[in-house]
Amino acid sequence: MSTPYAKLPGWVDYGLIPLINLLVAFLVAGLVVLLVGENPLNAAYYMVTGAFGRGEYLGFTLYYATTFIFTGLSVAVAFHAGLFNIGSEGQAYIGGIGVALACLWLDRILPWYFVLPIAALGAAFFGALWAFLPGWLQAKRGSHIVITTIMFNFIAASLMVYLLTKVLKPMGSMSPQTRTFEAGGRLPKLDWLMSLFGLNIGNAPFNISFLLALLAAFACWVLIWRTRFGFEMRTMGHSPSAARYAGISETRITIVVMMISGALAGLMALNPIMGEQARMQLDFVQGAGFVGIAVALMGRSHPAGIIPAAILFGMLYQGGAEIAFEMPAISRDMIVIIQGLVILFAGALENMFRPAIGRLFAGLASRAPAASQAKGA
Amino acid sequence: MDFYVSLIAILESTIRLSVPLLFAALAGLFTERAGVFDIGLEGKMLGSAFAAGAVAAVTGSVWLGLVAGILVSVALSLVHGYASITQRGSQIVSGVAINFVVAGATVILGEAWFRQGGRTPALSGGARFQTIDLPFVEALRDVPVIGPIYAQLLSGHFLLTYLAFAMVPLSWWVLYRTRFGLRLRAVGENPGAVDTAGISVVWMRYRAVICCGILTGFAGAYLSLAMTAGFVKGMTAGKGYIALAALIFAKWRPVNVMFACLLFGFLDALSIRLQGNPLPLIGQVPVQFMQALPYLLTVILLAGFIGKAIPPKAGGVPYVKER
Repeated sequence: MSTPYAKLPGWVDYGLIPLINLLVAFLVAGLVVLLVGENPLNAAYYMVTGAFGRGEYLGFTLYYATTFIFTGLSVAVAFHAGLFNIGSEGQAYIGGIGVALACLWLDRILPWYFVLPIAALGAAFFGALWAFLPGWLQAKRGSHIVITTIMFNFIAASLMVYLLTKVLKPMGSMSPQTRTFEAGGRLPKLDWLMSLFGLNIGNAPFNISFLLALLAAFACWVLIWRTRFGFEMRTMGHSPSAARYAGISETRITIVVMMISGALAGLMALNPIMGEQARMQLDFVQGAGFVGIAVALMGRSHPAGIIPAAILFGMLYQGGAEIAFEMPAISRDMIVIIQGLVILFAGALENMFRPAIGRLFAGLASRAPAASQAKGA
Repeated sequence: MDFYVSLIAILESTIRLSVPLLFAALAGLFTERAGVFDIGLEGKMLGSAFAAGAVAAVTGSVWLGLVAGILVSVALSLVHGYASITQRGSQIVSGVAINFVVAGATVILGEAWFRQGGRTPALSGGARFQTIDLPFVEALRDVPVIGPIYAQLLSGHFLLTYLAFAMVPLSWWVLYRTRFGLRLRAVGENPGAVDTAGISVVWMRYRAVICCGILTGFAGAYLSLAMTAGFVKGMTAGKGYIALAALIFAKWRPVNVMFACLLFGFLDALSIRLQGNPLPLIGQVPVQFMQALPYLLTVILLAGFIGKAIPPKAGGVPYVKER
């Protein structure tokens, strides 16, 4: 496919344009705030102070960010292979089974540092399993991955309701959740990390899975840009026909990439289940898989972009709660709007401002060498 | 006889539940046959349901509500069209975005305007669609066998219900027997050829997207003006995705779409009916299984185990004119 857009400097491509798109998304969100009859600037102030104002708030922001790093990476890895995995939500949900089983089995016997690796493997295994089927169906049977992963989200939701109400719920309990885990099923908080910066973590559930998320981000970078497999999957993402000529097996790449993507989504379950609730509850994912789409698009599918994008969304989630507290007219659903707008402007409309910026730069470039030809292009 | 009565009751609620699916799936049929994939059916339906409920509540007129629903839905369709046709962005990403924006905006605006926890005020009288009795209903009601079918199953539905089923042959006729339909399908299969014939691919696709907006507008208005009296937050509850599943299940053909929607509506009606009642031979079927069944069936179909579902060839690909 021909690219109709002029080549721009790297910092414009990866810095300026995403920033402009983000800005427009927030401007439109500000219009919604105006429509509701509140002051957008005040809302922004509450959000920023609510997300970063105190150690505890920052802890919550980073707690949410941990979740979004995992789901963002999940979506991004699939993007690189040209696959759109909308199923991170369901994969994370199913991944919870792995965490819950490990904790229910071992939490009374082993300390957390033995349970964590097993739970992580379990989460990755179940997440990968749930992504394997859509991957396999796409590779072998030609069903469209977007549709199958959407369907699998719904199937996962029904399955989990069934499991939590009929199987995993302790006898005699009414609420659809597992029993509360003992010490072995709880992850330690990162209060020491916060206190290095002189901050008090308070009640925030910011925990050690954050470090695991950073590790996963680094591993993804290595996988995508420093391994043979990563090269193959990027080749397939850019041009499936070129990959085919080069003898790269589409089937293998599709299935393996989907499983990696599912495993990353599954790992997200560690954070809410072992890090905060110490039990698996109904609907613990709470749309984090879909936030992953926005995070991946905003972070341009690069781990270095995904981490700040995840922190930004963590800020929206934590600061959004604060806005809801200060401005009753704006509930947390505002975040869903912003999330949608970010997906729209950073994703579907990512090239809207590119021609204008391209012209601007072409104009600047032609002006620089010869001032007499100031008319530009 | 007891079985017969409950069968009629299930079929009656099948019709009631499949109408929004039918409108939405036919809406998807128009865009997808024109090569624009649309997973934003859910969002458009929700937006329309909210606008219809809100306007009908404020003005007291069901017709103004319907018009508002359609307008909002068409506007959202045009956003999708602008992103995916003009800007050549990813159609999937754009659809996802619309679903989120609408899911959030309906709650925020509903709460700000009506302060009823995301609902619009309950509608009554002229602000809501009333059911229509077909002629001779009273006379035929007591006739055995045929009576219940006519009086319960066929009569006593909303105007929009009859419209939905009338849309099936109409869509078929438009898509297969008019010049517009031929071009629309051609744009979805081989846009280059259509362009060579001097027809604007962009304008053709925009028209398909507008058709989609009108039909999802009906789907949403049915939810908030007919099926329930007013808008409730998140009231589409995944119906847009089920409609998408039905569209694929029907292999992108109008009459099949109707049967697929009726099948999924039937599963829905059955799962409500079976709650707590064990089936003979099989025993207790978990509700969750019934709820997941439409999705499971679609996955199995897509995998090519029940025939093969082949999407329009140019679907999902933005058209770039050669230069």
